[in-house]
Amino acid sequence: MTFIPKPKISHPSLPRNELGLTRRDYEGALSTLCAGCGHDSITAGIIEACWGISVRPENLVKLSGIGCSSKTTAYFVSGGHGFNSVHGRMPSIAMGANAANRDLYYIGISGDGDSLSIGLGQFCHAIRRNVNMLYIIENNGVYGLTKGQFSASADIGTKAKKGEVNQQPPIDPVLLAMNLGAGFVARSFSGDKAQLVPLIQAGLKYPGFALIDVLSPCVTFNDHEGSTKSYAFTRENYEPVVEADFVPKQREITADYAAGEAMSVMLHDGSRVVLRKLAADYDPTDAHASYDYVQQHIAQGEYLTGLLHCRPTVATEFHALNRTPDAPLNQLPFSALNPGSRQLEKLMARYR
Amino acid sequence: MGSDDRINDFVIKIATVNGTGSASANTLLMKSIFRSGIPVMGKNYFPSNIQGLPTWYEIRVSKDGYVARSGKVDIMVCMNAETYARDVREVAAGGYLLYDSTWPRPALLKRDDVTVIGVPLARLCNEHFKGVRTRILMKNICYAGVLAALLDLDLERIRELLAETYAKKPALVDSNMQAIQLGYDYAREHFSCPLPLRVARMDKTRGNIMIDGNTAAALGCVYAGATVAAWYPITPSTSLMDAFKSFADKLRIDPQTGKANFAFIQAEDELAAIGMVLGANWNGARSFTATSGPGVSLMSEFLGLGYYAEIPAVLFDVQRVGPSTGMPTRTQQCDVLAAAYASHGDTKHVCLYPANPEECFYMAVQAFDLAERLQTPVLVLLDLDIGMNDWMCRDLQWDDSYQPDRGKVLGKEDLEKIDKFYRYLDKDEDGITYRTFPGVHPKGAYFTRGSGHTQLGTYTEDSAEYQLVLDRLLRKFATAKRYVPKPLIEGTGTAKAAIVSIGSCDGAVHEALDVLKGRGIQLDYMRIRAFPFGEEVEKFLADHEVLYVVEQNRDAQLRSLLTLESRVGKSKLRSLLHYSGLPVSSKFIVDGVLADLGEGRRAVAGVVS
Repeated sequence: MTFIPKPKISHPSLPRNELGLTRRDYEGALSTLCAGCGHDSITAGIIEACWGISVRPENLVKLSGIGCSSKTTAYFVSGGHGFNSVHGRMPSIAMGANAANRDLYYIGISGDGDSLSIGLGQFCHAIRRNVNMLYIIENNGVYGLTKGQFSASADIGTKAKKGEVNQQPPIDPVLLAMNLGAGFVARSFSGDKAQLVPLIQAGLKYPGFALIDVLSPCVTFNDHEGSTKSYAFTRENYEPVVEADFVPKQREITADYAAGEAMSVMLHDGSRVVLRKLAADYDPTDAHASYDYVQQHIAQGEYLTGLLHCRPTVATEFHALNRTPDAPLNQLPFSALNPGSRQLEKLMARYR
Repeated sequence: MGSDDRINDFVIKIATVNGTGSASANTLLMKSIFRSGIPVMGKNYFPSNIQGLPTWYEIRVSKDGYVARSGKVDIMVCMNAETYARDVREVAAGGYLLYDSTWPRPALLKRDDVTVIGVPLARLCNEHFKGVRTRILMKNICYAGVLAALLDLDLERIRELLAETYAKKPALVDSNMQAIQLGYDYAREHFSCPLPLRVARMDKTRGNIMIDGNTAAALGCVYAGATVAAWYPITPSTSLMDAFKSFADKLRIDPQTGKANFAFIQAEDELAAIGMVLGANWNGARSFTATSGPGVSLMSEFLGLGYYAEIPAVLFDVQRVGPSTGMPTRTQQCDVLAAAYASHGDTKHVCLYPANPEECFYMAVQAFDLAERLQTPVLVLLDLDIGMNDWMCRDLQWDDSYQPDRGKVLGKEDLEKIDKFYRYLDKDEDGITYRTFPGVHPKGAYFTRGSGHTQLGTYTEDSAEYQLVLDRLLRKFATAKRYVPKPLIEGTGTAKAAIVSIGSCDGAVHEALDVLKGRGIQLDYMRIRAFPFGEEVEKFLADHEVLYVVEQNRDAQLRSLLTLESRVGKSKLRSLLHYSGLPVSSKFIVDGVLADLGEGRRAVAGVVS
């Protein structure tokens, strides 16, 4: 259970980030998920990512709905503000919270049931509104807490633990997000920390809605032979096509990229995402090309991973479209909000 | 009734077809009476439709300032052939019937006890105006001209109103005035004007305005400092959000930067709307939504989260006729129970019951203070009658010394001083705990959840820990009784019988009390303004032997709530239930009380005669 605290013992020689904090400072309560759950690896990736870019813990808002994945907001950055809401409705809480204070980091953790079934509407509309948040779907194709029913991301032909075969087509959050105009769409695998950590960092820094669909096998209900979301299947069929490096503002790009392979997407604070393509025929900064490329590969049974699409969308970000001030709405002085008695008196003339 | 009695005391009902511009004509009539210093009521009975269905507008001129329906029609303006038959039936004996005589209908309009006034409105307009649409619109303005002559309305006042309405389109002032004049002149030529039933200048509207409750509530939200408005369109609440947007677009734009000091979010549904409101309030912004019954049903799950996780929220429920889709453009008070207990589990909510637009303004502000003080959703229950009709009420006032009550919030300095912060620890023993906002201080972090939690804010499945929090929530609800608006109590305090009511019944109850008093029946009156019920409510209920509970729903929801949440004995409460979809009239209440007293219970009411 999440009320088991982790002992806070840190070795003095642990490396510290710009805030002087160690990785231990970004941990949360002890996970209560099954041993070997992919979600725990993602949690570890979030801890590493937040530590790496020195997110102030109190500036991190961790939001979730209901399900195994949604529990994990308690397992990282205990110094952040957590909000475990109701099933499928996390995006609306995130929208409201973000509207109130644009200056914080918002990370939403959801699952395939939470986002693609009960919460499909809110997921889509959060994308449409381009809420500045990182939205991670911990995707395992099944409902874990209710013991193994198929979710809406289950592939046709995948077999449940008890032998039932799924016949309904899956909803792919990556294609859906691209279709709805999301500017940052990635797919990753819980077992690939090297790929995942820079994606999380870039997603947190990306000024707009950023989606990472992370394949995260369910060791208890969906890791058997015949499942298309097992560790074995994922390792076999998921193919990185574009690697992303997150480059903070002050740092020089030192990695060695072959000419023509690297593309850089500038974020609003001067930091950059450098995309390194592993496939020469693919332009991840073009919305249509990205969509076609990913879709064609799915049709061939190949699941591409990496930052599959990235383009700046800062002009359509929620606050930009709504012309809200630079200062967060929750910090405006009351005098800036209340028009006063004389104004009211003037208004009364309209109603005589 | 002598003719003198009918000066400034009659009801006009206008039957038209919706989408034909009759709303402008009716508003014009009502406002011109209001500007002549005479108290007036205007009620719109409109269809859930854009064009082509029957619609009625009722104007009551009341020198005594009664703001409810009397239950009687003195002048019927029949502009819709489809509803002639029923409209004719509705006119009181001795009344008048105005119709478009371009197409005479002697058989349909036959009433010996009513004076029929035929004016060839269509013909007049066809002769003077071009274009089908213009002719239809002007026909409606034209009947306003006829009424102006019949009732002795001041034409200058009408011109002045038109000039204000069409300030940007002066050509329309002339054409509208021409239509008015056509009707006016025709009536003067053909009938003896004015009628005995007419208006005469008074000075009883000074310091008053005509405003609808949705507009007033929206203005309250602006003045309360609300910054995040999230909603999903639903009749009859939509105009509240439209009004907020329109006020905010004028009053909340930073003059230096041109930036908007508010966020206005049209959500994908009501579930998302209330989610956004909770998210914003959780993060320290004052945020609200407006909806109606079906929306409250959809918002219920989130309202339970707001209650249990203790997140402020303000929700305006502009009630309409249920069940299900019901009659979306008709009024009822049918969400009293749904609002009080919205959501599964042991959940209850603070509710406010404004009675008129003026109270909507002040209660909107109060709702934000209560929501933040009590850290819980507050539901403000308007209804379509209050929300969408223009009511005469006193000028809205603002006290510039007002500062919002943000409740128990720990800021940076507070957190600096304390050792450790626990979100749900009842330090002050009033059931209300302290909260923090993200980004303020490392010590302020906590975890919000709708699952079982301890008073320290951690997850729990432990019975004792769980109950500790649940019981504290009940203490908080008891504390709420001290903060919510007290009931308004009227009467001598010596009567054994009384009326108990809420919200928009108030006007009809007041008039009924006067009528009953005129017949020697003295009743006390308590208007409940909030849930939970405080000691004042308990005392009033205890002090009376018979309590007539007047409300606008079928199932006696207020009565049920009183029996569940106060100490009153069920048998003392007698229901007067009005649920036709039209606003309750004073006549309904008078008749109901008299019928009950007729059953040999006159003694308890302290009947003098």
